[in-house]
Amino acid sequence: MDWEFTQETFISLVSALPLTLSLAATAIALGAILALALALARTSGIVVLDWFARAYVFVFRGTPLLVQIFLIYYGLSQFPAVRHSIFWPVLRDAYWCAVMALSLNTAAYASEIIRGGLLSVPHGQVEAARACGMPRLMVFRRIVLPLAIRQALPGYGNEVISMIKATSLASIITLMEVTGVAARIISETYRAIEVFVVAGFIYLAINFLLTRLVQLVEFKLSPHLRQLENAADAVIAGDAR
Amino acid sequence: MTQPGFFDLLSFGPDGWAKALLAGAWMTILIALSGYTIGAVIGTFGAWAKISGGRTLRVAADAYTTVLRGIPDLLVIYLLYFGGSAAITSIGRLFGADGFISFPGFLAGALAVGITSGAQHTEVFRGAFKAVHRGEIEAAIACGMSRSLRFRRIIAPLTLRHALPGLGNVWQVVLKESALVSITGVVELLRQSQIGAGSTGLPFDFYLIAGLIYLAISTVSSIAMRQAERHFSRGVRRG
Repeated sequence: MDWEFTQETFISLVSALPLTLSLAATAIALGAILALALALARTSGIVVLDWFARAYVFVFRGTPLLVQIFLIYYGLSQFPAVRHSIFWPVLRDAYWCAVMALSLNTAAYASEIIRGGLLSVPHGQVEAARACGMPRLMVFRRIVLPLAIRQALPGYGNEVISMIKATSLASIITLMEVTGVAARIISETYRAIEVFVVAGFIYLAINFLLTRLVQLVEFKLSPHLRQLENAADAVIAGDAR
Repeated sequence: MTQPGFFDLLSFGPDGWAKALLAGAWMTILIALSGYTIGAVIGTFGAWAKISGGRTLRVAADAYTTVLRGIPDLLVIYLLYFGGSAAITSIGRLFGADGFISFPGFLAGALAVGITSGAQHTEVFRGAFKAVHRGEIEAAIACGMSRSLRFRRIIAPLTLRHALPGLGNVWQVVLKESALVSITGVVELLRQSQIGAGSTGLPFDFYLIAGLIYLAISTVSSIAMRQAERHFSRGVRRG
């Protein structure tokens, strides 16, 4: 391995990192809002909303992300109505098309994770909150949502990591994020292995940090489990004495 | 120029793209199947290394699954496609051929899909093996079955049954991942749609059709998987 070349590659790839992170962060944030709406539609018990959410999840999980990106970036420009609309400056931009496709895609996967979390909230908790006289919205905000988030967090963490990986597809529609820059350097120099190692290292580092972050949040959100552990320790310690 | 309508594109006539798109869909299935098979072979070895390998093998298998699940699949395709071309070109130079030789896109794609799905296969097989009841294996040993007979008659069938739902999920992932192979120039479903979109100026129609075909393939395979699960769990009492 050529050390100087590796260093140069590392510097050019790291300078593309902000684009990768901004794509992922924007898509995850927008996708989370949409996912929550879809999960609520799915659990609402209103037939029309339920079926809409089902169809949405089926379509977006059943087709490749790359097809969705192409459909938005290349496909929409086919219609003159779109080209003359006020949305054209946004829809013409590769960045926003990628963000849109990634958000719509992650929303489908995340909504199922959130739905699992919502369904796991014990009924007794909701009943207790209602018995305390909380209005419906407050029950949702104070009881259901926090419990659901805690339950859904590990699964959601995996989805966030797969979103980081998915941003690499933006390179196919000309966005120069980490994979895009890596592909350019590889095709210029044909030194695939060095570039691959450096790019892989960058992705692994991000994903390692994210995994740790999710674990930390999980730890913070479950104080009740920790107290139990400590109590168990105390009991064991007491027995030993 | 009058543009053909949506359904004209789907006809088998001279203006229709049905034949080309079906050939593309067939190529997509071939890539996915080859990648899936390679992944299953890697996964079998990976799971074996994780379960009963020595320290070195275990560490290697852990590193493999961690790395492959943490980096984008597209990067692996680039590595194999460009790296393979560079390797072949330098081998060609040894034999006196000069000039650039490109690595076959199908092979690079199938290998890349196989290597990435191998990590998922490893975890699926490992989890499924863990679900096999200890007593079954002990009973087989007690009956005096040899190592290979035990694997063939007891461990493999039971592990496969537990692995079936996971294997179905991996297949769905592989099917969608095969779309990325289009960047190597292999004319599979997505690449064929790109060609169609380019020559007719109707990108929306073509990508919509491609999406619908992917949806159809994944729906049919998920129905088949459900049937298989039901078939192989005949003897299992449910909850």
